[in-house]
Amino acid sequence: MSEAEGKPVEKKGAARRKVTLDPRLAEYRGVWVFVERDAEGVHPVSWELLGAARRLADQLGTVVGAVVAGAPSEALDADSQDAIAYGADQIFVAAHPVLAGYRNEPYARVLCELVKKYKPEILLLGATSLGRDLASSVATTLETGLTADCTELAIDRESRALAATRPTFGGNLLCTILTLNYRPQMATVRPRVLPLPAKDRRRSGEIRKEEIDLCEEEIVTKLVEFLPHAGGDQVDLALAEVIVAGGKGLQTAGNFALLEELARALGGEVGATRAAVQAGWVDHQRQIGQTGKTVRPKLYIAAGISGAIQHRVGMESSNLIVAINTDPNAPIFEVAHCGIVGDAIALLPLLTRAVRGQLVVETTIPTGASASS
Amino acid sequence: MKGPNIVVCVKQVPDSAQIRVHPVTGTIMRQGVPAVLNPYDLFALEEALQVKDRLGGRIVALCMGPPQAEAVLRKALSLGADEAVLVSDRAFAGSDTLATSFALASAIGRLSQERAVDLVFTGKQTIDGDTGQVGPGVAKRLGMQLLSYVCRIPVLDMNSGRIVVHRWTEKGVQVLSSRLPCLITVLEGRNEGRFASLPEMIRAARQPIRVWDRKAAGIEDVSKIGLKGSPTVVGKVFAPSRRSERAECIEWDLEEPEKAATALWEKVLSRQPELAANSSGGGSERKGEEGDSE
Repeated sequence: MSEAEGKPVEKKGAARRKVTLDPRLAEYRGVWVFVERDAEGVHPVSWELLGAARRLADQLGTVVGAVVAGAPSEALDADSQDAIAYGADQIFVAAHPVLAGYRNEPYARVLCELVKKYKPEILLLGATSLGRDLASSVATTLETGLTADCTELAIDRESRALAATRPTFGGNLLCTILTLNYRPQMATVRPRVLPLPAKDRRRSGEIRKEEIDLCEEEIVTKLVEFLPHAGGDQVDLALAEVIVAGGKGLQTAGNFALLEELARALGGEVGATRAAVQAGWVDHQRQIGQTGKTVRPKLYIAAGISGAIQHRVGMESSNLIVAINTDPNAPIFEVAHCGIVGDAIALLPLLTRAVRGQLVVETTIPTGASASS
Repeated sequence: MKGPNIVVCVKQVPDSAQIRVHPVTGTIMRQGVPAVLNPYDLFALEEALQVKDRLGGRIVALCMGPPQAEAVLRKALSLGADEAVLVSDRAFAGSDTLATSFALASAIGRLSQERAVDLVFTGKQTIDGDTGQVGPGVAKRLGMQLLSYVCRIPVLDMNSGRIVVHRWTEKGVQVLSSRLPCLITVLEGRNEGRFASLPEMIRAARQPIRVWDRKAAGIEDVSKIGLKGSPTVVGKVFAPSRRSERAECIEWDLEEPEKAATALWEKVLSRQPELAANSSGGGSERKGEEGDSE
């Protein structure tokens, strides 16, 4: 994703590091991904992780494993095939009625057992409510290192260890974390931070059905009910292809309507900075950045956003970033690909009209938008 | 019916919103950055206080940190905690989340010897580490049920030891029925924090705080704490790299904003031509766009 990828981490600290691995730990081999899934399907973050796992495993000269767990009635086979198509070589299937719906205790037990049995050197999970809950419990039980919310995963050439980079101090700095003398090395990565790898149906892999020793009576916590979030106010910013986001520069809650119109014209969603959310102009579900969501849409329009680092970490891997800001020195112009120095409040409605093909200016060269209608 | 014996874990953190990075050296400028009670922990404390309001019981605020972290315990006392314990020892320096969970779990174990702990509350994460790993780690170490991202506690029955919580997930809310003792990480924004009154602040300022070193916290094995007990090692810390290329800005005449908007949209389309199909100007997929029909 950035220049640190594939490069060895700085040597200064490495000199003091014990590079030779305890032989007991050297037998740990393979890069694993816990596939986050439910009866409805797989969370895309798992496929994103498989892409990273493939790259790491190739560097290490080892295999990619995937753990697929759930109730026997669920589509575990189809999900396993998909995991192979996204890069896994070996699938470890844990099918048991107790695994219907996520609960910490049975899932942590299953994952710990599989790790003890097969000894992967790296174990990756999504930084979701499920992945964070599960990863923390598994890392504590196995007494190993876990790095949360990584933005980059690489291999430290000297130690062959996972170099997991994550934002720290509120996103002001990045920090590369290594787990040297403990295995597996665990990390979580937020959805949409890594690219989705290509799905290759021609790939082949091995599917192992694991014996699972669980019984419902032993599990203390019961899943009584699942209440889906109300559909109406549900926003899936992480999956939006176009995001039009606003910050303090929009000045009032009313001006967020300008963003909504542009988003509607583009078939996208509205996002916001923490400042705009804290001002009460927009719902917290739409917050993008360090304490909000991470997004990587095809198009990200930042209107009236100065581009504080806390915001940038949540959007900087978008394919195309467009900035509209009155201040030519605003840091947003350092991360944007193109932009315009000007007042977003005045320019947004005009941009909406341009997108709709309603602005006809003499010098306009006909492009896709106007030519196709 | 006895009220629950509750421990709330709190942490003193630098206010990350105020941290600045030195533009040249890329190092953190900590000077003048105030240390605060981790904002997420305030929701945990408030949830515990609401339980106490309903059922009675007792709240111990527990913090691991340097001596000055006492300040956040005073804050917790002023808001209604009954007692405060600061676990502080040089041997804890350099602890990562695994080592921290060991130290906190040991201290809670010690508190349990005085009075069995029914419930432990933590925030969902801290604003400095942002990992959310310590709460779940403490639960695992204590063998308590872990209930994370809790947004409501509809049932808490001390007679039967039964608890029902709403656990937030990205797709919806899990209704979980569990048993005490358990550890709850509290989701932010679901309760409204209270303010301390002047008499409460005075009481909090005067109240003695117990300070435990590692031995007092029941930790014999130093290999589980501090740098030794931390599997993770910080390899390097660096400022995020800036892209060398700056945004290509549209040159425009203030008299002709329409032209500027059109030029910007054309620039977007030249880089991402497929967006033309997404937008309502070029496609018929979007419904409800009146005045733009074919």
